[in-house]
Amino acid sequence: MENPPKDDTVLKVENLEVTFTTEEGALQAVREVSFDLPRGKILAIVGESGCGKSVTAYSLMSLIQKPGKITGGSITLYPKSEDPIEISSLDEKSDLLYHVRGGLISMIFQEPMTALSPVHTIGNQICEAILLHQDVSEAEAEKLAVSMLGKVGIPGPEKRLKQYPHELSGGMRQRVVIAMALVCKPEVLIADEPTTALDVTIQAQILKLVRDLLEEMQTSVIFITHDLGVVAQIADEVAVMYLGRVVEKGSVHHVLKNPKHPYTMGLLKSLPGLGSSQERLEAIPGSVPSLTAVPPGCPYHPRCPKFEPGLCDVGAPPLMRQLASGGQAACLRLEDIHSEEAVPCQ
Amino acid sequence: MSVVSEYEESKAVAEKPLLQVRNLCKYFPIFSSGLVRRQSGLVKAVDDMSFDLARGETLGIVGESGSGKTTAVRSILRAIRPTSGEVLYNGRDRSIDLATISDKELKPLRQQMQMIFQDPFSSLNPRMTVGDIIAEPMVIHRIGSKNEREEKVIQMLEKVGLKGEHRQRYPHAFSGGQRQRIGIARALLLNPDLVVADESVSALDVSVQAQVINLLQDLQDEFQLTYIFVAHDLSVVKHICDRVAVMYAGRLVELAPTEELFADPKHPYTRALLSAIPNVDPDVRLAPKMSGEVADPANKPPGCSFHPRCSDCFAPCDKEEPQLLEVAPGRFASCHLYKKD
Repeated sequence: MENPPKDDTVLKVENLEVTFTTEEGALQAVREVSFDLPRGKILAIVGESGCGKSVTAYSLMSLIQKPGKITGGSITLYPKSEDPIEISSLDEKSDLLYHVRGGLISMIFQEPMTALSPVHTIGNQICEAILLHQDVSEAEAEKLAVSMLGKVGIPGPEKRLKQYPHELSGGMRQRVVIAMALVCKPEVLIADEPTTALDVTIQAQILKLVRDLLEEMQTSVIFITHDLGVVAQIADEVAVMYLGRVVEKGSVHHVLKNPKHPYTMGLLKSLPGLGSSQERLEAIPGSVPSLTAVPPGCPYHPRCPKFEPGLCDVGAPPLMRQLASGGQAACLRLEDIHSEEAVPCQ
Repeated sequence: MSVVSEYEESKAVAEKPLLQVRNLCKYFPIFSSGLVRRQSGLVKAVDDMSFDLARGETLGIVGESGSGKTTAVRSILRAIRPTSGEVLYNGRDRSIDLATISDKELKPLRQQMQMIFQDPFSSLNPRMTVGDIIAEPMVIHRIGSKNEREEKVIQMLEKVGLKGEHRQRYPHAFSGGQRQRIGIARALLLNPDLVVADESVSALDVSVQAQVINLLQDLQDEFQLTYIFVAHDLSVVKHICDRVAVMYAGRLVELAPTEELFADPKHPYTRALLSAIPNVDPDVRLAPKMSGEVADPANKPPGCSFHPRCSDCFAPCDKEEPQLLEVAPGRFASCHLYKKD
């Protein structure tokens, strides 16, 4: 997997750094995060709470609020029919940023109840998005809204336009949020834990819907989740994050079936239900350290079973390296663990 | 003479299952709005639930949100008063019907039944120290002196993998996994027989969740605990439960030993539920077998509540409500497919 040529990449993130200024000092929630989102593909960002996956997603739309700030790196969007836009350098009030938000990139949030306004009808909320970004009349906007609601599988869409969010179930609300996000045909969709609040049966329906819709509309997706099962089912590419850094990335097959980083290996082993049932789970010891006390060297070393004193706990955090068999991971002991060559990524 | 009969009675009790739930129902009335409040409907949150729970067993209760899992366990523990039915608790020396016992008689029994909650953030009082939180059950039941309580708290903290000196800190100083350990220490302090864990690991991250699951299993072996484990995550249930009860719209639709349930689900709903679990192997594609949403317990479909979503629905399903039948040894399902003529 070399760096893909520009026309195949829709979003490029390079060395992204997000810092929050707090009473306890500057917290770097995201450090040196780089990834490319291939056009028409689904990239999953996976990690435990506090790993920086949501902060990464929010910074893609320049939605980081004070005391947080993007302190380094660049985020560049390559729309199909427009010039590249460097989102990270856009002014907070610029027209271009408003065009990007909702027009070129849109977002699905975790809680369908808080993402929708309780005092506006569903029709109002979807039409608002259409009228902001498309040059159409109100009647046309309403038509578009009805057809989109139909596409996301909501029965009787005309009737639903006049309903309020509280009249719908959680699964239906999440469908409305998806309809809102996709109605302006964005180039990139960011989905932040969109199925976490749903039941597993409804989750299965929504995952299938998202996959089908994206295939039809050719949208590229960044899918944030902590659920490795969901990753396996929806993603093409995966980036695993730990303490603000990407520690492993690659295709979904590589990362889940043949993980390279000890953290990814540990996560997969600690999942219940795979082995025979009465065995003990191989839990990762300890817990995720606070961002105020990031361990020196490799940030994962205090919990790592492959930790080697004098190598892993000193110096700068390891950089991503490419393995001969595919996949990239940020671990100093890749050669010893997998007995194969690893070369630094370009 | 009477001593002998008491001994025999307690011996007979010890041979019974720890808990025998019979036809348990919990209905919530719905009132119409307006000047005169009239009852306009009934939410059958738990409807005609029966099962036995053996000593030392772990029973999982699974189902979608709104299926009545939490209401069921709360009725069993008498956190809420059931509408009807029996909850026979064969405790240390006698058997008692928890559903009808008076509050005064219930209080000492509470030592034998404890609960671990879902949310490790809202289930611990932020203004109490961890030591006070864990010792509270001893204070409520007036057990031990101050020193004995403190000693017991330290012992419990170490049992759940924390340190004795942690007792002076407040809950905010702990991570989610550590807080859940504190909740477990509190639940086990009085050496209960029955522990109900209501979604106790759902809020935790994968790596921490595995630690807490291991801890719960270790403590079960050490203290001979009987667990009721409520969860929506089927892979967790598969890992730790001996038997699983599947609920749908307030009713028990299937009850079976875990391995058999996962290998060969009998009820169409269980089959659909299992098909919805996303597999971590990207080559095993998700093929959801069920459309539609959970039945509204206030307005249940006639006959079998599941029939509008069921792929095996046939003639009697929308008319007659199926009963829970033993369809194979030790396996129960309520579905017309297994009705004996």
